[in-house]
Amino acid sequence: MPFIPHTDDDVKTMLDAIGANSIEDLFAEIPAELRSEGLDSIPDGVNEMDISRLMRERADQDSRSLCFAGAGAYEHHIPAAVWELTTRGEFYTAYTPYQAEASQGTLQLLYEYQSMMASLTGMDVSNASLYDGASALAEAVLMAVRANRKSKSKRILTPRTVHPDYRRVANTIVHNQGIVLDELDFDRQQGVIDPASLPDDPGDVTALIIPQPNYFGALEDVDVLTDWAHAHGALVIAVVNPVSLAILTPPGEWGDSGADIVCGDGQPLGAPLSSGGPYFGFMCCRKAFVRQMPGRIIGRTTDLDGKSGYTLTLQAREQHIRRSKATSNICTNQGLLVTAATIYMSLLGAQGLERVALACHANTMKLLAALDETDGVTKLFDRPLFHEAVVQFDLPVADVMRALSVQGIIGGVSLADDYPELGNSILICATETKTDADIETYTASLKRIAMRLTANRCPVQPKM
Amino acid sequence: MLIFEQSKSQRANPSQAPLQEAGIDSIPAQFRRRRRPLLPEVSEMQAVRHFTRLSQKNFSIDTHFYPLGSCTMKYNPRASNTLAMLPGFLQRHPHSPDNLSQGFMACMFDLQEILKDVTGMTAVSLAPMAGAQGEFAGIAMIRAYHDAREDTARTEILAPDAAHGTNPATATMCNYKVKEIPTDAQGDVDIDALKAAVGPQTAGIMLTNPSTLGVFERRIKDIAEIVHSAGGLLYYDGANLNAILGKVKPGDMGFDVIHMNLHKTFSTPHGGGGPGAGPVGVSPRLEPFLPVPLVVKNDDEYSWLKEKDRPQTIGRLSTFMGNAGVLLRAYVYARLLGREGMHRVADFATLNANYMLARLRKAGFEAAFPERLATHEFIITLKRQAKELGVNTMDFAKRLLDYGFHAPTTYFPLLVAECLLIEPTETEAKEDIDAFIEAMIKIQHEAESDPEKVKSAPHSLPVRRLDDVKAAKDMDLRWTVSE
Repeated sequence: MPFIPHTDDDVKTMLDAIGANSIEDLFAEIPAELRSEGLDSIPDGVNEMDISRLMRERADQDSRSLCFAGAGAYEHHIPAAVWELTTRGEFYTAYTPYQAEASQGTLQLLYEYQSMMASLTGMDVSNASLYDGASALAEAVLMAVRANRKSKSKRILTPRTVHPDYRRVANTIVHNQGIVLDELDFDRQQGVIDPASLPDDPGDVTALIIPQPNYFGALEDVDVLTDWAHAHGALVIAVVNPVSLAILTPPGEWGDSGADIVCGDGQPLGAPLSSGGPYFGFMCCRKAFVRQMPGRIIGRTTDLDGKSGYTLTLQAREQHIRRSKATSNICTNQGLLVTAATIYMSLLGAQGLERVALACHANTMKLLAALDETDGVTKLFDRPLFHEAVVQFDLPVADVMRALSVQGIIGGVSLADDYPELGNSILICATETKTDADIETYTASLKRIAMRLTANRCPVQPKM
Repeated sequence: MLIFEQSKSQRANPSQAPLQEAGIDSIPAQFRRRRRPLLPEVSEMQAVRHFTRLSQKNFSIDTHFYPLGSCTMKYNPRASNTLAMLPGFLQRHPHSPDNLSQGFMACMFDLQEILKDVTGMTAVSLAPMAGAQGEFAGIAMIRAYHDAREDTARTEILAPDAAHGTNPATATMCNYKVKEIPTDAQGDVDIDALKAAVGPQTAGIMLTNPSTLGVFERRIKDIAEIVHSAGGLLYYDGANLNAILGKVKPGDMGFDVIHMNLHKTFSTPHGGGGPGAGPVGVSPRLEPFLPVPLVVKNDDEYSWLKEKDRPQTIGRLSTFMGNAGVLLRAYVYARLLGREGMHRVADFATLNANYMLARLRKAGFEAAFPERLATHEFIITLKRQAKELGVNTMDFAKRLLDYGFHAPTTYFPLLVAECLLIEPTETEAKEDIDAFIEAMIKIQHEAESDPEKVKSAPHSLPVRRLDDVKAAKDMDLRWTVSE
């Protein structure tokens, strides 16, 4: 019996102690007409060797591709120590640190994490994480509505340069509460919000979301945007990439007074791509708003002997105490991913993280230059960028991407569905993991594919 | 000592950073960071030693019996971790095209099918990233269903007073008012109160069965009948699915929507508080509203259904497809168990709980519901000890830590005074359960002979009891350089 240690003797002794004749007797309170024994679609159990064979076959089937896709999930080198330590049973199989004395490892680690994230974002405080970047944005929107007591409109200005799936998730989660995500368009030449296009009198705005870098990889005029929002009584929600913060101005220093709430996806800090999850969402804010912040928060305190220790704090915000009046229904963080991120940041340090960010930037600039020199490919926006950019093809984007994938290359992420006005465009990314040879492989394949697709599309005309 | 306190300026790990020399000139100064963030500057060995030592300050399933009620802290098979972390799975970008993803998608499709069967529902979405997000998805679907029928007068969600705090919090997030239904003396929902509460304003009811009181809701058919006749839907909180796996299916009890906590029933790790996974299953009438994406299989080829294929979906809950790595672990676990193994989960979880309850009662501890059988968990109340000896539930919990046991859930559910909610799970051996019972008996003796010893516990952990009031008042939430 997999994972069940009972011997027949154990079962007999235990039933005797209970005073029952059989295990079946213990289910006597379930009405008989509800009982269903059939689990017809579930296969027979297999042993570890057989499931290993199956899983290896399936993992190999999706064998490694050369990946130039980003769009919210980034391939970075992860030091071996990160997951060696993270999957130690003491981290991996513990739960939420309800019994603080028996959870000082997790608690101190989360306190260190909060310290690192607050410093990285330039904010006062951090929570112990949320589910992922998109749902963190949704929680940031809900938090802004609670925190901006002067605003009654529940209107959030949401640029179209925010990740489209972040906007979708935010809408799924907040729309039932009468919150409106008002779209803000972007400048077609620059690929960023044009501050000059912002209205002089926007009316009652609860918050402005500012992505940096934005979905296109481009750098927004965060100082001007922040000051504009604050001048009109709106809070600023920053959506940022944590690795970029090693070299970009932290949101706490944007404009005259800094962003109010900062969120994003922590995946670049030590979480593997892993098909999109588990990642973690991070959230930081000004100290004044900490009681409006959702999720677990760890505080340092002292024990009976005056010794320093760590505990869950400000729990009066949370669902298990406040029930229907809680700041959120969230009751977990993404502890294991935060463990990985804390170890990752400790191994890299500020210098190492800076080198990672710079290498990502440099490689994307190289890739962009190489693509821009390729016939039929055009760089779209004229704007400083971090580690992503948009290029446009002369050919149908779906055909190009399919042809690349047959050669094991993920050429980028198509923008055709989300930004049809950008034509046959893709979002590309080259992190520090990409070599010059990788970039050469990509552009060479692209040239061959372009030639073939062009040839197919324009058959040689028969002579008249 | 904090990692920051081991930090020394200029110490670095060159082997962990890219070697290439890359400039920053292409980023104008106005966008650039002026001061480096305060991250530790330690050697690789210092980091490894620091985090290894931190880990050793934790109780965990791998090191301790962890009978935390309502959390299903069962053994997490190592194979699940190893196989979910195969390079082919870890390296797969979420935007990988379908032709480079068939292996992963096959696992997700198979898992959907398994979860449909164990819950008796007709369709499953793997999208929710945690139980609470599964709850949100479930109630959002109930709202979408009523809205689609233009049945907009339904403004209320019912929930028993014993419900998890996430239930009312979720209903609020979906803009419903919450009406609490009282529980009767035997731990069942008060049927008369329920009848009086339902009406044209009822959107649905959120129920956990077995309930958080550790007993099976015996009149579930009546409850379903009452709520359905009023036009409401039934939501099943799958927190306690471990108790009924292979015995009874929520679909057969009349539920319209269910979320599962794969980190409980399907033994994925709790990770110090996440990540979880909270897939949702639905009956046919809620199927159009399932969150996206979903995996489908046509002619042996797997593909994703997204917003454009599912116009009535409540939408997307995460940037990508959910907590894929957690779902892979659950899949491995489900395949290792297989059909027979699933049946045995509820059998032995229930045997362990009833055995513990019987022995604790024999030792003089008071069951909250003495007339009832335990399910996979049960409640004892220490209100007599609190009153007569001045030793309360928290004191017992802290003293258990000294004896090497993680404490059961304390002071939840709120309905039972001085309660311990105890869930041994099926993977604990009789001898470990016996040791826990012996510790409880010893603590009882201590409470009688030397109550101070219990009230000032723990004595053998890295810290003694912490000052929670000070923590909330001082709000020391981060390390700063001035220290």
